[in-house]
Amino acid sequence: MQIYADNAATTRMPGAVIDVMKECMENIYGNPSSLHSPGQRAAEVLAQARESVALMIGAEPKEIFFTSGGSESDNQAIRSAALAGKRKGKTHLISTAFEHHAVLHTLRKLEGEGFEVTLLPVYENGIVRAEDVRNALREDTALVSVMTANNEIGTIQPVKEIGAACREAGVVFHTDAVQAAGHIGLDVKEMNIDMLSLSAHKFGGPKGTGALYVRKGVPLLPLIEGGAQERGRRAGTENIPGIAGMAKAFSLSMERLEENRAYVSGLRDALIEKLSEIPHARVNGDRERRLPGNVNFCFEGVEGESLLLLLDADGIAASSGSACTSGSLDPSHVLLALGLPHEVAHGSLRLTLSAENTMEEVEYMAAKIKHAVRYLREISPVWEELEKGERKHVI
Amino acid sequence: MGISMENNGQTKALIAMSGGVDSSVAAALMQAEGYDCVGAMMKLYQGEDTAGTEKRKSAQMAHKPGEGEQDVRTDEAVRGAGICCSAEAAADQAESRTCCSTDDAEDAASVARKLGMPFYVFRFTEEFRCQVMERFVNSYLSGETPNPCIDCNRYMKFEKLYERARLLGCEKIVTGHYARISRDGAGGRWQMRKAVDQTKDQSYVLYQLTQEQLAHVCLPLGELTKERVRGLAQEYGFFNARKKDSQDICFVPDGHYEKFIEKYTGRRAPEGNFVTQDGEVLGRHKGIIHYTVGQRRGLGIAAAHPYYVKEIRPESNEVVLCVHEALFQRTLTARDVNWVSIAQPDQKIRVQAKIRYRHSPQGATAEMTEGGLLKVTFDEPQRAITRGQSVVLYDGDLVLGGGKICGEEQKTAEICRDPRNSEN
Repeated sequence: MQIYADNAATTRMPGAVIDVMKECMENIYGNPSSLHSPGQRAAEVLAQARESVALMIGAEPKEIFFTSGGSESDNQAIRSAALAGKRKGKTHLISTAFEHHAVLHTLRKLEGEGFEVTLLPVYENGIVRAEDVRNALREDTALVSVMTANNEIGTIQPVKEIGAACREAGVVFHTDAVQAAGHIGLDVKEMNIDMLSLSAHKFGGPKGTGALYVRKGVPLLPLIEGGAQERGRRAGTENIPGIAGMAKAFSLSMERLEENRAYVSGLRDALIEKLSEIPHARVNGDRERRLPGNVNFCFEGVEGESLLLLLDADGIAASSGSACTSGSLDPSHVLLALGLPHEVAHGSLRLTLSAENTMEEVEYMAAKIKHAVRYLREISPVWEELEKGERKHVI
Repeated sequence: MGISMENNGQTKALIAMSGGVDSSVAAALMQAEGYDCVGAMMKLYQGEDTAGTEKRKSAQMAHKPGEGEQDVRTDEAVRGAGICCSAEAAADQAESRTCCSTDDAEDAASVARKLGMPFYVFRFTEEFRCQVMERFVNSYLSGETPNPCIDCNRYMKFEKLYERARLLGCEKIVTGHYARISRDGAGGRWQMRKAVDQTKDQSYVLYQLTQEQLAHVCLPLGELTKERVRGLAQEYGFFNARKKDSQDICFVPDGHYEKFIEKYTGRRAPEGNFVTQDGEVLGRHKGIIHYTVGQRRGLGIAAAHPYYVKEIRPESNEVVLCVHEALFQRTLTARDVNWVSIAQPDQKIRVQAKIRYRHSPQGATAEMTEGGLLKVTFDEPQRAITRGQSVVLYDGDLVLGGGKICGEEQKTAEICRDPRNSEN
């Protein structure tokens, strides 16, 4: 059996999305900036995609800027808001301790350039409190950036309330909605969002395509210079197949949003329930306010990497931490932000389900995970110490 | 559990890869011998853990198992003696003088891909911090000059990495070390010999391997010369075959151990007195971690004859200086003793002993004390016998065993039991 349970890392593209992209590659080869008919056809496809993406989040087409993906969108949103703030003497930035590295690293760079950064706590349930944001806001705050849903533990943040606090104070509010889009409903107006990052491949679109929503009236400065594309905010010939594929994937997932949400969260809850039977295991992040497909567990005495190896041999594709950080060295900064001790933050398993998974797969995974955890504990010196009482259980 | 040890009748082997010539060739050789191979690399530390990180903030470091391990030795002192790096980095690239960069991981992955092997990168930062860095720092603080490569081989490559190998169903773990492993008759003791290429021999850094470990370790380069290995690398088309050996300790790429230690502990080493063996104060020193037994340069003492570091006394924070002749000693004691090719002898044996990586073996007799220490008496006095370094005993090519030099009294550095307690 081959089971893909790493949909927060990336998703498989539906056939309908591939068809749209293939059509673009074969027939819409013009440059949308060109005057001639092939160019105009490409411009038409681009305009349609922009409209479609805007519609999905309750925005105006003019408020959508296509980029190369979530990381670029985050970088541009934060740099732009920071720079615009600086011009008015505002050099304070607010974010949270468990943002994606595209946000955290950009903030760290800005810190080196003279900005002051406040990172808010996320508490044990992995949810930021709007009142903390309100209390952190200052006269010189240029930007607040809080993700819509966390990539590792899937917790959904009170974006609407945070947005309201920012709106009241006249501070730009950006949210990285890369993990949320296509999985939960988003409405930038209702949620008081000024800037929002999207990535196509997290909801069935192609890699290398994303978008940044920027509310009309909020200034946006380009990261990439060199052309008038995206109204001068993002130079470079538009990736028409990618953009068209993104629009198609987004509308497909929005069409099925409620249906998928009910189905996938049913799988998620069943999997969480089964894995909770394992002793000294814990779910990371709030049980209720989390993305439909996200299951994130820590098993005491078990290293995440070892577990992944065994699961891979059983045909299960999962991840430890987030895919972006499992190539790096830290124990999950997200789990550390929840206040978990180091040894536990090392042992996390993330399974992210989609509508393509089945209950049968959930049962298979649960059985294999239980088996693997038991085996790894048998050979773990740490577990032996725990069992002998030489070391205290933390879970 | 889970993964089968055999794949279509082939035994599975995990190759500790670095992207360098040696481990790449080792991988190809194992494949040619019919093993079903898996490549792996260890990520052992991150930028913040090392000194001089500013230059290469973004570098993700991973360790390159088992290559080019050697010491960095100045003319005068054994400062850093035996401190080795198991890596081949582009030594001419001053800016990326580390063996453990993203480039290395990419090189290793590319070699694995070329050979059609799966490739994994394992994150062992916590274990490395506890088992290697912590020991390294504590050793310096207690007046020793450690050789972290020995600990890294012992605890990381042949223990931690082997655990992962087992999970992947691998019976063998393979490194690019230059040394030979064989068996004393069927069912007999596992033995280790020097590499055929004596100039590349790395048996010194492998003496801590146990019988159990030797049973599943393969060192395919032990029978080959470095020249031959380079030739094979060309034949296999490994583009990195031109890489030079690096000579530094991997997590202190700039060679400033004292800075690393001060950063790691968050404390400046306190200044103290230089004294003679009779206790006469000769001047002030910058902190004991700045000195190594045998060192002459950088003492800042004006005298008619040159002074050398004779001994470091952490308790009184003194550095004892002496004249050159007084550096020579005939006996040493070692703890943490491991017997490799022979069982622990119950009487005196004749050996050739090496007291650091680049030392040529010297005639000596060795015996175990009742306290479980190893006592070595050299035929001729040896210069600058240094605590923290290892003494390794040979009988010709055969590695008999060895231990960590501890002088006369046994000094055990405080080692964290749990990697997680090692946060500084």
